[in-house]
Amino acid sequence: MIENAKQLAEKADGIRKEHAGRSKIGILVSMGTCGIAAGTTPILNAIRDEIKKQGRDGEVEVIETGCMGLCHSEPTVEVFDRESGASVIYGQVTEQQAAAIVESGSKPAAGATALSRGWYYPEDEENKDNALQARIVLRNTGRINPQSLEEYLVQDGYAALAKAVTTMKPQDVIDTIIASGLRGRGGGGFPTGKKWAFAAAQKNDTKYVICNADEGDPGAFMDRAVLEGDPHAVLEAMAIAGYAIGATKGIIYIRAEYPLAIERLNIAIDQARKEGLLGKNIFGAGFDFDLELKYGAGAFVCGEETALIHSIEGMRGEPTFKPPFPAISGLWKKPTIVNNVETYANVCAIIRKGADWFKKIGTAGSPGTKVFALAGKVNKVGLVEVPMGTTLRDIIFGVGEGIKDGRAFKAVQTGGPSGGCLKATELDTAIDYESLKALGSMMGSGGMIVMDEDDCMVNIARFFLEFTLDESCGKCTPCRIGNKRLYEMLQDICEGRGTMETLEKLDTLSRTIKDTALCGLGQTSPNPVLSTMAQFKDEYLQHIQEKKCAAGVCHKLITYTINESCVGCTLCARNCPVDAISGERKGRHVIDQDKCIKCGVCFEACKFHAIDKS
Amino acid sequence: MVQAAMEKTKNMLERFAEVDKILERNGKNKAKLIRILQEVQEEYKYLPEDIMAYVANSLGLAPAKVFGVATFYAHFALSPKGKHVFRVCDGTACHVKGSQKIIDALRSELKLEDGQTTSDDMVFTVETVSCLGACGLAPVLVIDEDVHGQVTADKAMELVRALREQEKA
Repeated sequence: MIENAKQLAEKADGIRKEHAGRSKIGILVSMGTCGIAAGTTPILNAIRDEIKKQGRDGEVEVIETGCMGLCHSEPTVEVFDRESGASVIYGQVTEQQAAAIVESGSKPAAGATALSRGWYYPEDEENKDNALQARIVLRNTGRINPQSLEEYLVQDGYAALAKAVTTMKPQDVIDTIIASGLRGRGGGGFPTGKKWAFAAAQKNDTKYVICNADEGDPGAFMDRAVLEGDPHAVLEAMAIAGYAIGATKGIIYIRAEYPLAIERLNIAIDQARKEGLLGKNIFGAGFDFDLELKYGAGAFVCGEETALIHSIEGMRGEPTFKPPFPAISGLWKKPTIVNNVETYANVCAIIRKGADWFKKIGTAGSPGTKVFALAGKVNKVGLVEVPMGTTLRDIIFGVGEGIKDGRAFKAVQTGGPSGGCLKATELDTAIDYESLKALGSMMGSGGMIVMDEDDCMVNIARFFLEFTLDESCGKCTPCRIGNKRLYEMLQDICEGRGTMETLEKLDTLSRTIKDTALCGLGQTSPNPVLSTMAQFKDEYLQHIQEKKCAAGVCHKLITYTINESCVGCTLCARNCPVDAISGERKGRHVIDQDKCIKCGVCFEACKFHAIDKS
Repeated sequence: MVQAAMEKTKNMLERFAEVDKILERNGKNKAKLIRILQEVQEEYKYLPEDIMAYVANSLGLAPAKVFGVATFYAHFALSPKGKHVFRVCDGTACHVKGSQKIIDALRSELKLEDGQTTSDDMVFTVETVSCLGACGLAPVLVIDEDVHGQVTADKAMELVRALREQEKA
């Protein structure tokens, strides 16, 4: 049991000394969901076997970590030297490389692919190499074993909680968070400290601290990475929030689709309870705090705080009108704060290092960093944590190393189904909450999907509307019926039935829904439509006037024809599901345009590039 | 006649005995309705109507309320699923990397009609999910519990065929 702040410091020092004497070389193996799916487990075993075989048990140690964020190169392994501090990261590691990796220590192994790190840790070091990425939220993910409390303690774990409850008044904690300028990382960007202050001001014996881990935004996975890679950081921050607002109970509302994150959270909660870091009289300061997990059952709208609260109460996750805000009347009508995982992951660093330190990173209006899940048609997909104010160009072409297969950049989608698409002329925008909003998109939870010339923007708008339709809870009319109509109009345009009038109606209805829907989901659902209409008007016009889809995505607007390269192999005719292709063996074939359903099977099947798509 | 009715009642009681255990475990707490339904689904693979009514009665809720919760969340299935469940991720990253082609290929291979998700022989179910949070591996296909990354339509076909062979053996 750790009974006070002094014992915590002594324990952490003890572990540091013990670690230093334990092994010279550490091998970190990324065991997040993506890493495991990419096949890290056999590599982990191969490295362990190899250490035994080379007789280096006492010298080399294997540490299973969360995700390093280098999804493009999974499986990844990092080797570091405790004495010199040197390290090397390998990507696309195979079992065969294990021997060389173990043998080489912190020097690059022959035959393995070494990667550059590309980030620095603002809390631990200067940015010597002008790295684009700064890791505050992801400070420990990929660096420590998430299933070991000891390793978390070495990284100053629970020092922030100790500092808060033993040296600060609850109001000081709130003042620090307000001064830091930390804003909600779940999407809205509401100042976190203010939210806490509202709840703290309520006179009530029972209050709740909730962590929204129902990451439902398609294309965002940073919360999963934090929960899998650094679960204690979230627990510690929630306890700090509890102390600040006067709550003794915390609830983590987590997606049931994240089994590994749930498992690691449960382990972390058990460990913290055993050491007295959760429970009664934490650090002897008379502060009690404990927490439990609640599982989401798959509903995007539950990311909205009032809907999330109803879901915890065992009901349909339908939002209710605000005010009253949850900080006044939330779970079981008690004052409640709801913050998302990434927001909490900033709190401990702010308490440890102070608001001024935090404000040095990022922009004046949006201090700190933001984690983006960079995905889509970009070379280096993965998790990217950059200071606010970094340009899209630096993220996509710097960290992401440009567009896949040398194709042309077309758009980047931020903010998920509530966000919008930005085009090439906006690549130099320094991104923060305000700049993205001004461009008709939003920060959202940090999904960043890159699209190239093969993506049709009308189809993308329709794709998001389809998602909204599925996820609309149906409580308010603008969202339930309005979005359905929007979807139908987009469907019309994609299938060649659109007119200029459709376009006009699309615009009017989008604005009406924005103004009248009940919750955040409905109010932002037309954003993908409005932003693509503003940025890619020509594409809409091409679909309507020329009945063409230049990207070749909208099936109904494509015509397949067979050109002179056809050798008459009959493969296309045999594969056509509707017998629309005819021709003699060894003679040029023809597609009957009246019969053709534009499925594209012939195009995929042809080995002679004899089928044109236009 | 009487014997048949007795038999039926006995079966029903046996079914409900399992549900009772789940209800007890959760303290017959209304606030744990979602957890209770999740556990029922783990047991039965879907939510049978009579069991939802039984849960409602035991918790003192209207059956409509329980049904309302069950239909609200994507996790709950109101009809039985196939032995193997294919979940194709159709999140944004997977979508732009061609998840639709995988869905189309699977549906046509398994001869699923519009609106049908489970094959007639009850062996395969094809579903789409919004995002599995593994965008780095897009497009992603999850078969039962195994995650497959960078899937193509061809690879999906191979996986179906391999499972079919396994079923025959």
